[in-house]
Amino acid sequence: MIALIVRRAIQLVFLLLGISFLVFSSMFIAPGDPATMVGGPTATESDLVAIRDNLGLNDPFLVQYGRYLGNAVQGDFGYSYQSKQSVSEAIAVRFPNTLKLAIASMIVAIIIGIIAGLISALKHNSWLDVTSTTVALAGISIPNFWLGAILILVFSVNLQWLPVAGLSDPFYTWEGIKQLILPAITLGTGSAAMIARMTRSSILEVVKADYVRTARAKGVKEKNVIWIHTLKNAMIPVITVIGLNFGALLGGTIITEKVFAINGVGRLMIDAIAMRDFPMVQASVLLVATLFVVVNLIVDIVYTMIDPRINYS
Amino acid sequence: METLLEVNNLVTEFRTADGNVQAVRDVSFSVAKGETLCIVGESGCGKSITSLSVIGLLPSNGSITSGEVKYEGKPIHNLPFEQMRKMRGTKISMIFQEPMTALNPVLTVGYQLREPLILHHKISKSAANKQGIELLKQVGIPYPEKRINQYPHELSGGMRQRVMIAIALACSPGLLIADEPTTALDVTIQAQILDLINELKEKLNMGVMMITHDMGVVAEVADRVMVMYAGKKVEEGTVSEIFENPKHPYTIGLLNSVPNVDDPDFELEPIPGSMPSLTEQISGCRFNPRCKFATDICREIAPPEFSTKEGHIVSCWLHEKVEEEVKHGHLTAQI
Ligand SMILES: Nc1ncnc2c1ncn2[C@@H]1O[C@H](COP(=O)(O)OP(=O)(O)OP(=O)(O)O)[C@@H](O)[C@H]1O
Ligand SMILES: [Mg+2]
Repeated sequence: MIALIVRRAIQLVFLLLGISFLVFSSMFIAPGDPATMVGGPTATESDLVAIRDNLGLNDPFLVQYGRYLGNAVQGDFGYSYQSKQSVSEAIAVRFPNTLKLAIASMIVAIIIGIIAGLISALKHNSWLDVTSTTVALAGISIPNFWLGAILILVFSVNLQWLPVAGLSDPFYTWEGIKQLILPAITLGTGSAAMIARMTRSSILEVVKADYVRTARAKGVKEKNVIWIHTLKNAMIPVITVIGLNFGALLGGTIITEKVFAINGVGRLMIDAIAMRDFPMVQASVLLVATLFVVVNLIVDIVYTMIDPRINYS
Repeated sequence: METLLEVNNLVTEFRTADGNVQAVRDVSFSVAKGETLCIVGESGCGKSITSLSVIGLLPSNGSITSGEVKYEGKPIHNLPFEQMRKMRGTKISMIFQEPMTALNPVLTVGYQLREPLILHHKISKSAANKQGIELLKQVGIPYPEKRINQYPHELSGGMRQRVMIAIALACSPGLLIADEPTTALDVTIQAQILDLINELKEKLNMGVMMITHDMGVVAEVADRVMVMYAGKKVEEGTVSEIFENPKHPYTIGLLNSVPNVDDPDFELEPIPGSMPSLTEQISGCRFNPRCKFATDICREIAPPEFSTKEGHIVSCWLHEKVEEEVKHGHLTAQI
């Protein structure tokens, strides 16, 4: 287990190197002159020259990249071209909101998805199953900006149960939880639906397995046939789906943060791209990539705990 | 000998898209304590479904629609679910063809072995563990203390089948059903597993219902043999009667499709044609379309079961004539 984590951490370093190189070079190639972004419309030609000098934009690519990396390992990702604010500080303010949103959505997705899939499978072909699979199909097809807008309309505007926007209160307060509910449902529904479908089909597959028949032939109680002999095996592909969905979910934060006016990294990133605020784009992409890799490491650890056949060492 | 299992006129049907189909048609047989009954027949003839009917583990679309299954004289085919569950593992156990998939991959050998002991004998985990190690020793697994903590994937196919046998015998059942227990194993391991089942059968005075389509296995372990064709019992007798004095053309066909190493002139004679599907309507004897002896009566009226000798039953209009053919023709039985 420790070996797995250490090896993944080393892999992560190389992965981040690769990603930073890709992001950095694509920014380098992208049209548009950073100096004019920094200087603004009023900057004179001599101002621009000074800015280029100052930012080292005249240096060769590799020198610039090397300098960027050198600063980045010290936690310095430069300054926003737009707001002139330190990139690390800007992200540090927004990251907790995105993390809260992503984790809450994932929890919603996992709990709803697994429970719905389980009920579907156990009551196979009943009206409960039909309802749940239909809702799941709808959940996959509904775009989340639309779902978010509808939820706001119903629960915030009409019923006035939950706030319309924002995510500023701490998550352990009642206000904070109320702020999280709608965004988490909006962002988590798609993943919940995927997880439900996978849970259902996986259980239906596993109950047909020879070893489940063996358990019944031993006289094992039906309750244990499901909880011990079926579920642990059935969860293996579900965990894969959860890991993969986390990526989609991170992408979805961009829209959800916009719909609910949440001050998060997703919105920061999309605004930065629109403004060609390169330092901001680079840092936020690296952060999101790191998050994705860390979640997949957790998924791998869960695998080794569930499935003894998997051995990463 | 004391009768352990008695199956009378068993009919098992499946609900399918094409309506109800009969997989087992009016089959009767019995198993005595300490006796091995082999059920043989081509793939799809209903061997597994017969045994699953006995242990009450039919697929969800299948059910026993008539006939009875009695264990030690008491009917068990109509027991409520909970009572039947309690019989499984304690009175009737079953092992399956595929040792690679029959054990749960995410549970240790020990867990799977202790489970029936804790469940049925209500003993503690440590007592069950001790007994589990004994059982592994009994089925010939070296280093049982180490093996008990391993997962199935760490064991070879033969080892896994031994573990399956240990699990099946954990609560000393009276009847062991073995559905092609050696088909998936290589030949030397096959012989070891068969020997093991034989040895334990004698030691525990168990009845064994062994399903196979391998005549070699039959010769090795059977006391009595039941031959099935397309859901019906076509012949039943002691192992020597079946091999030396087969009466049903299908049984003879089966024997002739087994290579004989002792006889260099022996020619393999596969049975022509193939088994009818469950939905196919056949009037008369179900084997008649493939039978080279078939006459008009065979095509019109299903033959009853004729008892020719003590314990030798054959369901063929022509069994006397066939017997003559066997004596004078080239169809001498081989063992
Ligand atoms: N769930 C089911 N629904 C419908 N038909 C089934 C079902 N299970 C088995 N059958 C049919 O019942 C018949 C008997 O099957 P069974 O498994 O008993 O054959 P078998 O003699 O054990 O063959 P094999 O040697 O291949 O194991 C087959 O024709 C099979 O297709
Ligand atoms: Mg079978």
